[in-house]
Amino acid sequence: MEKLLLLGDEAIAQAGIDAGMSGIYAYPGTPSTEIMEYVQASEEAKANAIRSIWSANEKTAMETALGMSYAGKRAMVCMKHVGLNVAADAFINAAITGANGGLLVVAADDPSMHSSQNEQDSRFYGKFALIPILEPSSQQEAYNMVVYGFQLSEEMRIPVMLRITTRLAHSRTGIKRMEARQQNELRLSSNLRQFILLPSIARKQYRELLNKQTQFEAASLASDFNHFYEHPNTKLGIVACGLAYNYLIENFDQHQVPYPLLKIGQYPLPLDLMDKLYEQCDEILILEDGYPIIEELLRGMLNKGKKIRGRMDGSLPRDGELSPVIVGQALGISQSAGGKVPELVKNRPPRLCDGCGHTDAFLALNEVLLDYGRGRVFSDIGCYTLSALEPLESINSCVDMGASITMAIGAADAGLVPAVAAIGDSTFTHSGMTGLLDAINNSSPITILILDNSTTGMTGGQTSSAYGKVEDICKGLGVSEEHIHVIKPLHKYHDENVEIIRRELAYEGVSVIIPRRECIQTLNRKMRQKAKLKVLETK
Amino acid sequence: MKKDIILAGVGGQGILSIAACIGMAALEEGMDLKQAEVHGMSQRGGAVQSHLRISTEKIASDLIPEGKADIVIAVEPMESLRYIPMLQSNGWIITSINPYNNIKDYPDIELLLKEIWKQPHYVTLDADAMSKDCGSVKAANMVILGAAAPFLGLKPESIEIAVAKIFADKGEDVIQLNLKALRSGRAYTMKNI
Repeated sequence: MEKLLLLGDEAIAQAGIDAGMSGIYAYPGTPSTEIMEYVQASEEAKANAIRSIWSANEKTAMETALGMSYAGKRAMVCMKHVGLNVAADAFINAAITGANGGLLVVAADDPSMHSSQNEQDSRFYGKFALIPILEPSSQQEAYNMVVYGFQLSEEMRIPVMLRITTRLAHSRTGIKRMEARQQNELRLSSNLRQFILLPSIARKQYRELLNKQTQFEAASLASDFNHFYEHPNTKLGIVACGLAYNYLIENFDQHQVPYPLLKIGQYPLPLDLMDKLYEQCDEILILEDGYPIIEELLRGMLNKGKKIRGRMDGSLPRDGELSPVIVGQALGISQSAGGKVPELVKNRPPRLCDGCGHTDAFLALNEVLLDYGRGRVFSDIGCYTLSALEPLESINSCVDMGASITMAIGAADAGLVPAVAAIGDSTFTHSGMTGLLDAINNSSPITILILDNSTTGMTGGQTSSAYGKVEDICKGLGVSEEHIHVIKPLHKYHDENVEIIRRELAYEGVSVIIPRRECIQTLNRKMRQKAKLKVLETK
Repeated sequence: MKKDIILAGVGGQGILSIAACIGMAALEEGMDLKQAEVHGMSQRGGAVQSHLRISTEKIASDLIPEGKADIVIAVEPMESLRYIPMLQSNGWIITSINPYNNIKDYPDIELLLKEIWKQPHYVTLDADAMSKDCGSVKAANMVILGAAAPFLGLKPESIEIAVAKIFADKGEDVIQLNLKALRSGRAYTMKNI
C-alpha cells in the first residue's frame, strides 16, 4: 500500500479509522487537536459513520467514550496533558470499571511548554490508574500502537493510554497503513454490574484491576514495542523511552548504539528486562522525554544501588524536552555547534493577530481600569491570554480552564474591587459555567467579560460549544438580564464600550459583558474557502 | 543523500507550504523524510520554524541537531539569522529580504542584510518583487523555494510535480503562477552563485 505523508496526530487518527473505531471524542488542545480534525475531514470516516464531534470538555469526552465502550464499540478519546486533569475523575474510575469495547485514551504531553502552562507527564496518570501505557518512538509506531492498543484494551478489558509528545504529534513522515477492520457490533458486557462503582462492587472491581497487573506486565514483556538490544560493552546500560530512542540513535553511526539498550514503548515496565540490564551493566542512563519516572523508581528513595544517571543527577536537564544534542552530551559525545545568533536579532513573541477583536475589548477594559489600578483582571486559557504581554498587559492570571471566574469570586470575597474575569466563549462552556453559577449563588460583585470570537481560536478555529448560546446560558444560570451586555469590540465603538464596562464594574453584583466579533482567522478562512468554491464552480 | 533543512518565518507567513512541497518532492523520489512543525500558540505572529529532514537512508530524530543543518530557508530576513546556531559552517542561508515588521524594536533592514552578507554562503532576494513580476505577490514563498531548490539535491521536475500537486485544488491559474515563481527563484540562484 502507498505510504501516506502524515503528522503523528494524523497517523493516530488514520489508525483509529483503520482499527474500526466507532467514535472519537475530544476537546481541542495543542498538541492533540489534529487527531480529531483529521477524522472530521476524512471521507472514509464519513462513509463509516464514525462519530466525530467536539465535546464541551475533556471530562465529557472521556465519559462519552466510556459509554461507547460500555456498548461494546471501539472509542478513542484525545486530549492534551492538562486536559487529562479535567478528565481525571472519569479516567481513573474507567480503570476500575474496565472497558467493554476497546477504549484508547490519547494524552498529548508538551515538554518545554511550547503551548501549555506546564509539562506534566501523563505516564504518571497511567501508572496512577494502573492501566497499560503505550509510548511511541515514531509516527509509524504510533499508528501500529493504536491498532494494537484497541486489541489489548479488548483482550484485557481495560482502557489503554497512548502517551505522545509535541514532537511526535507535530512531525510529518511517511506512514504505511494496515488493512482496515470492521467496526464492532453493539454488544453489552456479560456482567451488567461492571460499570456500577457502588463500594461493594467497586472493591471487587479494584481487586480485579490489581490482579490484572501481572497480565499487563506479561503483555509488556511479550510486546514488540519493548526491545532489548544486546551489546558486550556493559560499562553503561541505556533505557530509552518513546521518542528519546530516536535522539539516542541519532548520535551513532548507522544508528548502532555501542551499549546494551532497552527500548521502552509499553508499560508497566517489563521488569525481567529491566533486571537484566541492571545486573549486566556498571551504570544505567535513563532517557525519558518528560518527568524522570523510571529514573526515580530505579534510584529508589535512598539511591544506594548502582549509579543511575538521567534528569535527577544532572546528566540531562531536569526540565524541558530532550534533543539529539542533549542526549549526546549525556553520553559524552562531542556535539557540533553552529554560530551565535547576531545581537541585532530581536525576540518575536506570539501576539494577538492584527484586527483581532480581543485587542479592542482589552483596550476598552484597560481604559476603565486606569481609575482603579492594576492587578484586577483574572483571565483564562486561549488567544486572549496573549493580552498579558506588551502592548496590552491587561490580565493578571492564567492558571487552568475556567479559573478566571472562580478566582475573581475568591478575590472579591477577599475585598478586591473590582474583580474582573476575562474568559473566551469556548473556555466558558468548557469550565466556566459552573463558576458562574457559584458567582450567582454567592452574589459576587464581579464583572465577567466573555470574549466571544465564535470559535476555539488558539487551537486553529474549531467549532465552539458555546456558539449562539452564551447569553441564554448566562440568563439560565441566573445573571439578571439588565446586567448582560453584548458589545461590538471595534475601535469605532470604543467610547460606548468603555461606558458599559465602567458602569458594570461599579455594579455590586454579577454582570456579564460579551464582546462579540468573529475571529479574524476563521473569517479569513471562510472567505478563502468561498473563493476556492468559486474556482471549482468555474472549472 | 541527506539534507537537513530549517524553514524559518513568522507565524502566518506560510513556511509550511514550502515544507510540504519539498516533502512531497522527496517522497516522489522515494526518500525518507521527517518534518517537525510548530502549531498552536507560536503560530500567532511569533517566530516559527520547521525542521525538515530528507534522506535516502532512514532518519532517526525529528529534530535536527544544532550546527548540523545544511540549509536555512527563510521567508523573512531577521528570522534567517535566528537559526544560525542550527547551521553547519559550510551551510547556506536562502532568504527573502522583505521584512515582516510586527514588533516595536525591529532592527534596521540595512544592518540585517549586512549581517546576512557576513555569513559564508547565502542567497538573498527580493521575493515579493519577483513574485509580483510573476503575476501576484502571493507566490513569494515559491520564489524562495525556487531559490533554495538547487541546494536540495532533488530533481527540478520532482519539485515542480510537488508544487502542482500542492496547489491542485486552487485551479490552473494558481498552479501556473506558483510554477512561474518557482522557476524565477531558481533562475536567480543559478545566475548569482
